[in-house]
Amino acid sequence: MRRRVPLYITTVVGFFVVAKFFLNIPIIENIANELEQWAMVVVAFAIVLGVANIIRINLLGIIRRRPDWQYKVVLLATMFITTVSGLIIFIQGKDLAGENLFNWIFMNVYTPLGTTVYALLAFFIASAAFRAFRARNLPATFMLSSAVLVMIGRVPLGAAISSIFPNLANWIMSVPNTAGQRGIIIGAAIGVIGVGLKIITGIERPYLRGE
Amino acid sequence: MKVPRVIIFLLLYIAILLLPVAVMGEEPAESSSTPASHSYFKTEHKNVLVVLVFFGFFFFFFLRRARVGKKLFMRTIPGLKALEEAVGRATEMGKPVLYVPGIDDIDEIQTLASLNILPYVAEMTAKYGAPLIVPTRRSVVMSFAEEIVKEAHIRAGRPESFKPGNIRYLSDDQFAFTCAVDGIMLREKPAANIYLGAFYAESLILSETGFLSGAIQIAGTASIAQLPFFIAACDYTLIGEEFYAASAYLSQEPSLLAGIKASDYLKIIIFLLIIIGVVTASLEFSSIVDFIKAWF
Repeated sequence: MRRRVPLYITTVVGFFVVAKFFLNIPIIENIANELEQWAMVVVAFAIVLGVANIIRINLLGIIRRRPDWQYKVVLLATMFITTVSGLIIFIQGKDLAGENLFNWIFMNVYTPLGTTVYALLAFFIASAAFRAFRARNLPATFMLSSAVLVMIGRVPLGAAISSIFPNLANWIMSVPNTAGQRGIIIGAAIGVIGVGLKIITGIERPYLRGE
Repeated sequence: MKVPRVIIFLLLYIAILLLPVAVMGEEPAESSSTPASHSYFKTEHKNVLVVLVFFGFFFFFFLRRARVGKKLFMRTIPGLKALEEAVGRATEMGKPVLYVPGIDDIDEIQTLASLNILPYVAEMTAKYGAPLIVPTRRSVVMSFAEEIVKEAHIRAGRPESFKPGNIRYLSDDQFAFTCAVDGIMLREKPAANIYLGAFYAESLILSETGFLSGAIQIAGTASIAQLPFFIAACDYTLIGEEFYAASAYLSQEPSLLAGIKASDYLKIIIFLLIIIGVVTASLEFSSIVDFIKAWF
């Protein structure tokens, strides 16, 4: 029973969602849309589990004075302050984007921190490129040469030296690069069909405790 | 001859999908009450149906072959072969294994594919006695991962070694999640980092931090834009279809291997169609080109 019920639910839901993709029949579309709404509701409820997980793990870490317990205090405190400040504004019926603590936290803490982490990507790209672009063997040499040509062709200096560089860079990006990418996309798309079919037919069932 | 239930199911399924078209016709006749013509079948999706039918045919063909005892060959995938090596290394060093199932929700097929691989990794870590940390960005994925890892520990005969605190929901925000995972890497120093699933801009931040922490790294994704980053920063990378083939490779179950063989044969058909398309388009055989365009 524990196995069969989820399997039947998956098959029935899968049928309507796939049928909606192929058929233009209002009743099927309505049922599929309704099921998609249910899925969103279930997912929204699961946030409670996530918050409970955060509180349980971090509170235990603080109580047992684990090595990094100070960070856990900061995490729980900021989570509590942000949630309460947002809830107060919600209850008051005011605009979240107005002048209030919640918006202040969003504009002055959350956004700059997110942007900072994203900006770090530039340094990580530089360090990864330094390691990747080494002519250790023939394929790596090909990659290095194409990367150098694309980089020269994509900056004004390349065009100033010769019009060959931008044309060569465009050719590398639109012919060998696109061909390689399309190969991967075709393989991945077929993989998606395979995994989807196996899940709908119940051959592969990650939702059943990995059975 | 006993026909497998799944074959009956698939045939029934296709029949149900095509039934309205067969009964009502693709384009019902216009009447005064129906001002615009209405198609019961979304003809723009017929190419997907064609691929699905071909896939289904090959899948059940190879499933049948596997069930009568024919061995289905699958080439060695170095990234998956290295999984055991990575877990073994973590065990020897007495350090944990970090498994990131991507950052998308459960409705993303890559997350589901990653959760298909998680049981094997979890069982391996449970047998070896290495702690497994699974940080997640979505709470639904966390509850799935918790159940999967718990069950894997039970299967490995070590239910007492399961620690619910190692399956962690961190944050729904992309970069907050990234920072939290980076923090785990730098503080808890996992000996092996496994990134399998859908990744975006955080892929390189995670894998470079993992590289700096000295961990052996295995990645797998179908996100085209992130593959170069993983290839540059990780020791092994599962590219696109290899990632989807992982659960079949690890389990060696005939029903899963049949899916991989079906994918391979479908790729051969697509390869032939590309060649035919190139040749006929070059020779200006417009009728063949139009047929391929319309159906594939």
